[in-house]
Amino acid sequence: MTIATVDAVPTELVPGRGGGGPAPTRTVVAYGFWIFILSDITMFSGLFAAYAVLSSRTAGGPTGNEVFNLRHVFIETACLLVSSYTCGLGALSAERRQRDRFLVFAACTFVLGAAFLFIEISEFAGMVRADAGPGRSAFLSAFFALVGMHGAHVTSGLVWLAYMVAQVVVKGLRPHVLRRLLCFSLFWHALDIIWIGVITLVYLMGAR
Amino acid sequence: MLGKLSWAAIPFYQPLPLYAMGVVGIVILAVLGRVTVKGGWPYLWREWLTSVDHKRIGVMYLILALIMLLRGFSDAIMMRSQQAIAIGGAQGYLPPDHYDQIFSSHGTIMIFFVAMPFVIGLMNFVVPLQLGVRDVAFPVLNSVSFWLTASGALLINLSLVIGSFARTGWMGYPPLSELAYSPDVGVDYYLWLLQISGVGTLFAGINMVTTILKLRAPGMIYFRMPVFCWSALTSSILIVVAFPILTATFAMLLLDRYVGMHFFTNDAGGNMMMYVNLFWAWGHPEVYILILPAFGVFSEVIATFSGKALFSYRSMVFALLAICILSFMVWLHHFFTMGASADVNAFFGIMSMIIGVPTGVKVFNWLFTLFGGRVVFRTPVLFSIGFMVTFVIGGMTGVLLAVPPVDFVLHNSVFLVAHFHNVIIGGVIFGALAGYNYWFPKAFGFTLDERWGKASFWCWLIGFYLAFMPLYVLGLMGMTRRLQHIADPSWRPLLLVAEAGAVVIFLGILCQIAQLYVSIRTRESRRDLTGDPWNGRTLEWATSSPPPPYNFAVLPRVETIDAFWEMKRRGLTAAEPAYETIEMPRNSPIGIVIAFFAVLSGFALIWHIWWLAILALLAIAVTVMVFGWSENREREIPANEMARMERVRLGLGRPA
Repeated sequence: MTIATVDAVPTELVPGRGGGGPAPTRTVVAYGFWIFILSDITMFSGLFAAYAVLSSRTAGGPTGNEVFNLRHVFIETACLLVSSYTCGLGALSAERRQRDRFLVFAACTFVLGAAFLFIEISEFAGMVRADAGPGRSAFLSAFFALVGMHGAHVTSGLVWLAYMVAQVVVKGLRPHVLRRLLCFSLFWHALDIIWIGVITLVYLMGAR
Repeated sequence: MLGKLSWAAIPFYQPLPLYAMGVVGIVILAVLGRVTVKGGWPYLWREWLTSVDHKRIGVMYLILALIMLLRGFSDAIMMRSQQAIAIGGAQGYLPPDHYDQIFSSHGTIMIFFVAMPFVIGLMNFVVPLQLGVRDVAFPVLNSVSFWLTASGALLINLSLVIGSFARTGWMGYPPLSELAYSPDVGVDYYLWLLQISGVGTLFAGINMVTTILKLRAPGMIYFRMPVFCWSALTSSILIVVAFPILTATFAMLLLDRYVGMHFFTNDAGGNMMMYVNLFWAWGHPEVYILILPAFGVFSEVIATFSGKALFSYRSMVFALLAICILSFMVWLHHFFTMGASADVNAFFGIMSMIIGVPTGVKVFNWLFTLFGGRVVFRTPVLFSIGFMVTFVIGGMTGVLLAVPPVDFVLHNSVFLVAHFHNVIIGGVIFGALAGYNYWFPKAFGFTLDERWGKASFWCWLIGFYLAFMPLYVLGLMGMTRRLQHIADPSWRPLLLVAEAGAVVIFLGILCQIAQLYVSIRTRESRRDLTGDPWNGRTLEWATSSPPPPYNFAVLPRVETIDAFWEMKRRGLTAAEPAYETIEMPRNSPIGIVIAFFAVLSGFALIWHIWWLAILALLAIAVTVMVFGWSENREREIPANEMARMERVRLGLGRPA
């Protein structure tokens, strides 16, 4: 490979992609946030690794098969996936400056996310009552840490969404508000991706 | 109300740290008093504490690193002295409880609060200038990163006088670091302060990756970037991918300690070797996070002072990228004795040898750059050549340790201690000091004194060899690391040589302080008026020293590698450029405010003061939200104002 072939890349003069000079703010912000999400996924990978190592270490306590309720997990998953869909619709309406439509979809997203969280917390509470709390065994420690960390992310996502709705209501869909909405939807979709990992590795493989 | 905190937390029974902190406290009060008397607070607040200028933040990182170097070094010389005295019948002056805290804090400080701020500070200062842009991608986040790192440094110093620090070594291996065996706050200090500074480091990495990939001067395609920018890119990618693993690992240990979970405990199915694996899945990339920017510094220094382009730029870049990937495939060589199968150990042994290959490529590139060049032996070049000799020795002992059967003999011996000091002092510290001497005139507008600089180099070099070569021999003789008392009197002569080496390194640090003092006193005679004191090759030398807040009034156009060299070769245009209106970020106190609450929350969590922890965390959230609401974060500098400032700066006189 020589410099000449690199120079021949047609995207060279696109801003932020080579010779075109600094990228526009919207690109920089979304790109930086995307890198942050990658780092977050790496953090989850640590917890996934721990769960994979410890999932069989039940120390005489309950196994996944005994504590998981796949029906509840199905409802949770449906809530989260549909909330991702409404979040996407909300982002599209925001891009088109349709404020009221955006608010409706944001409300749907919030309600579905809160429903997910409610089911998860009641699952957790039920497990703790049934002497299957996080201190019972290494398996349950890894389970509560991994799924709880996802839940904590969903919680902060809900707080962020409420905050963004307040910004939209007060300030309207201005460019910097739109940039943050873009970051929020990246975040919300990334939580879906992680949840897919969680249901596969934790619930489907654990409930066998 | 105050959790575990009581008067018993202050170690009145251990006078040494109290005296030390007393002296430090008096120095701090004297400095603060002087600032107050001189009315310096508004200036400090406006120009430094709330600054979001990447250059100012870079300088603050370097100041933090240099101060913490003094703290980490005093730990080092205390340990060396203890080992030189406590032989046979003598017990030395440090009781085991205190000695264990010292070796733990020495490692933690030197890695996280000396080496890391040093390389991140250099990247912060240099990268936007070399890329020909005005700031990093997220200037305010940059300030938050710095202040979170500083928060961690504050907490580790706090552990000297309130409570105690970990006695577990800087890796904090369980089960020793579990609540059952370390019930006091030492390990909690370690974990929380590294969580806080780790977030800062992660943000710094994200910021740097985004800056390098998305903000470059027009024409600067990837293969025209200076090698230091490539090294900063690879190092920052490693930060983004490796630090979250550490965060997750420490979170698990914290859950074990605070909530009674069983990740790494002996009972209930915990697996302590998982901690060791996860720790080094971060830890080995961390080694390269530190050394890659140092490689970048050497590449710049050697090319500049040889007066020629770096030999084989492309192989240098590919070597960096290869190391970036390979660094994730060698972590198990830190614990061959774990009991993995021979196949697994063989794989990691071979990978560890392979990772030496790209490093070897780089050493030959530097040698061929020097070859045939007109080398000017300034202080940064001496550090670079000292590095090449020293680092190759360290690399070879590393390859030796990568042979699993050899490692079984040498594991946890002082041979290992000698090896990693060989690569970290000979690589990272020499690189940091080379970069400090090289870019100092760019930051402050005057050069550093050469005589004291060279004296500090020779002291560091000779001191290093005296201090660590004996440890190789002692390691082969069977001396394990972290001994508070030495039973075998035949080790005494070598330990005394090592102690002498530590003293010589101390002289090197004194020379550095003298160098700084002398240079500031004689700054008028050593002004850098051209902005290009070394006949540099890259864009940071194209602007004045120190650069204006906006770095470049008009972004330079890049047409080749070594862009500034090429501009000089073609002859700079004398015509005044057409100035445009630019936007610069406004100052923001959010970094220092978040850091204040982070220290509070960390302290409260360490001491189980739950109400304070909740309040402080809420305060952080509110701070972020208030900041997120504000809009007016940039100020415009109109074109005519730019023209006026540039004329003043360039001494062209006022416009008509």
